[in-house]
Amino acid sequence: MNLPLAGLRVLDMTVVWAGPFATVLLGDMGAELIRVESLQHPDINTRGQPIVPAAALQGAGGSAYPNKDPGKRPWNRNGIFNATARNKTSVTLDLMCPEGKEVFFRLVQQSDVFIENNAADVVENLGITYDVLSKVNPALIMISLPAFGQTGPYRHFKAYAVNMEGVIGHTLLRTYPDSGPTETTATFVADAAGGASAAFAILAALQYRIRTGRGQCIEMSQAENVTHYLSQAVMDYSMNGRVQTSLGNRHPSRAPQGVYPCAGEDSWVAISCGTDAEFEALSKVIGLPPDPRFATASGRHAHHDDLDQLISAWTADKDHYDVFHRLQQAGVPAGPVLHTGELFTDPHLNARGFWEQVTHPEAGTHLYPGPIIEMTKTPLHIRAPAPTLGQHNELVYKQLLGYSDTDYQRFVEIDMIGDTYVVARHDP
Amino acid sequence: MAAALEGVTVLDLTHCIAGPYCTKLLADYGAEVIKVERPGTGDPTRRLAPFLNDEPDLETSGLFLHLNTNKKSLTLDLKTAQGKAIVKDLVQQADILVENFHPRVLPALGLDYDVLSKVNPRLTMTSISNFGHTGPYRDYKMTEIVAYAMGGVMQATGMPDREPIKLALTVQQFFVGNVAASATLGAFIGAQLQGAGQQLDLAIVEIEAGNQDRGVSNLACYQYSGDPTFRRMRENIRSILPNGVFPTSDGYVQFAGTQPTWWERVCLMMDRPELAKDPHFVDPESFYQNAERKAEVDGLLLEWTMRHTKREVMETAQHFGYLTGALNTMEDVFADPHLAARGFFAEVDHPVAGCLKYPGPQFRMAKTPWRAGRAPLLGEHNQEILCGRLGYSKEDLVLMRQQGII
Repeated sequence: MNLPLAGLRVLDMTVVWAGPFATVLLGDMGAELIRVESLQHPDINTRGQPIVPAAALQGAGGSAYPNKDPGKRPWNRNGIFNATARNKTSVTLDLMCPEGKEVFFRLVQQSDVFIENNAADVVENLGITYDVLSKVNPALIMISLPAFGQTGPYRHFKAYAVNMEGVIGHTLLRTYPDSGPTETTATFVADAAGGASAAFAILAALQYRIRTGRGQCIEMSQAENVTHYLSQAVMDYSMNGRVQTSLGNRHPSRAPQGVYPCAGEDSWVAISCGTDAEFEALSKVIGLPPDPRFATASGRHAHHDDLDQLISAWTADKDHYDVFHRLQQAGVPAGPVLHTGELFTDPHLNARGFWEQVTHPEAGTHLYPGPIIEMTKTPLHIRAPAPTLGQHNELVYKQLLGYSDTDYQRFVEIDMIGDTYVVARHDP
Repeated sequence: MAAALEGVTVLDLTHCIAGPYCTKLLADYGAEVIKVERPGTGDPTRRLAPFLNDEPDLETSGLFLHLNTNKKSLTLDLKTAQGKAIVKDLVQQADILVENFHPRVLPALGLDYDVLSKVNPRLTMTSISNFGHTGPYRDYKMTEIVAYAMGGVMQATGMPDREPIKLALTVQQFFVGNVAASATLGAFIGAQLQGAGQQLDLAIVEIEAGNQDRGVSNLACYQYSGDPTFRRMRENIRSILPNGVFPTSDGYVQFAGTQPTWWERVCLMMDRPELAKDPHFVDPESFYQNAERKAEVDGLLLEWTMRHTKREVMETAQHFGYLTGALNTMEDVFADPHLAARGFFAEVDHPVAGCLKYPGPQFRMAKTPWRAGRAPLLGEHNQEILCGRLGYSKEDLVLMRQQGII
């Protein structure tokens, strides 16, 4: 059996995290992804800064590069980009010049899908809206993922996921209950949500096209999409006018639930007991004597602080994997709060073959997370490393689009085809 | 208007959150989703708060109502011979089956992929489980906080001098369902074109480990340099650009900035244009990794934000092109002018819960729009499916109800 999406060609003008996640899901399932990139306009939130100032490499700033060395072509050595760009190809073109527009239209003619997640007015300014592109390819499926949508008073707002999440109510629902929202880190779940929904939207449109032959345009406000994830709080306000506040690590009905300190530096375990049986099992493992305060679920809620202290006293000198296994084997949901390095050595993820070793021509050989989707008849893998900038120019321009060697050379001369950002060129 | 997934039939054996969000997406965009529920009690989510007026009722759980829009409800006891036979009959006519039982459940019932694929070789079967169908942790239990802990991003969330913290509510389970929906459609499209289906073995722990929210970035940075880039940090002093949560006169906003050229936007929004080219701020030694200079800038910022509401700060900052979002409560969200202008919240009527506002389309398809619909009552479609589709008589249903089969 072929990979499920073999034969599907996607033009990929995505940036940052949400768009690239959508296309990696499609690419992992076998779709052909053509990343359209510009030598004139590097996006620093995608492949990183073309020239990395030394000062920016201090602290965690250089962590995306092999041994913190950006090298001569940092845009090909950025791990954050490389991890999500596997199974994709890269061509360069300049949409601001007429030749580039023509190349792009030829690509659109040959493609099934066009996805972009630039700011809301970019495609309009570039003259590549659905109105224009559907004349070039009537069966095209096009999707845009502006932060707040293409209409409405916030349509020109620019936002990372964390900003959108604030506006739709997530940030205030995830703070520590005893301190304000300034006391926590940024999160970007809107990106994860946006990518997953965009992939779904494309496939839904594809199903419609398989049935009818018709393409269409799709718009997704990333902020609206992720609002669904806050279901309980949304519906509580909708039904009861209640404004929910953050429970932190606690749960509305399961107690005790929390994160408890274990032996070693910054080592923790998450535990969550939902029933009398689970609590009895927990008590037996940690040697808690019967206590009328904790006999019922409501008692455990009322005395949660006391329970937390008793549990912490037990976990404090134990390895978090040991606590995990002992509690799970007794039937209690528990899990170590794993650090990044621990994921790579985790026995379960390794047994499942989750890590894949990939050699990238300019970044070297590393382990990467494999596809998060497991299919039993057509196993998904990393088939190719992330593309270097413009790596597939010859393949796409000459073989797919049919340009001659002369045309190709001309495009090189006008700085449309290449492998180095214009701003990063060093004169000899 | 047409629906994108018109003509696609899904047999939905899921319960709780991840599985049902997957099948909600399929249903909302036009698939026929037959949700199989336990007779009498139904999906356990029917017992979860919030309830309308805080009065527990099988038909008024807000979470259930939202998660199960546009689905049909069929009650079936899968442990009975008749229940199993009905499942197989429905599988014969279905394109997709989604389930999220523990891996041992369906094999024990004789309803695993080996059996069902013989009934319908074109079936796409999506199985969602905590740890997958293989591996040393296969039989372990999982809840939202355990999933997040083991995915590796929880340790990067929160403050460095205290315990890591999860995200709100059951955000990760919604994410799992979201991924499962795209995987299911991908596999289904392949099955259609190739004439044969397959089973998907989706492990929540893997979806968490490959999480696009900082997870993949940390994994890559760790491999490349030994240093994961996102961690629990008290202060982000990468540059003097405003980053993080700042108080306003009536709440908070979140600023985010990475590009050095945006310093000018910051100065404009604070109405201090003269600082845009001031070497005291723009020299690289001042601009990057300078705690003292950052404290100065934060002070200037606070002077400005505390004189305005969160919405004013957001609108002014965005006007000048700086990434900013207000930190809204649900009350703010429902009153937000942008979401109102977009008509995002959809009013849907329900026989027991009444008319309520629900989150609207996840995305907008021009030719095949999202369907606003309601969740089913428990067993609401028993007759339609068992009699209308499978040919049972009303008397058969009476007998099955007495025997607890439906």
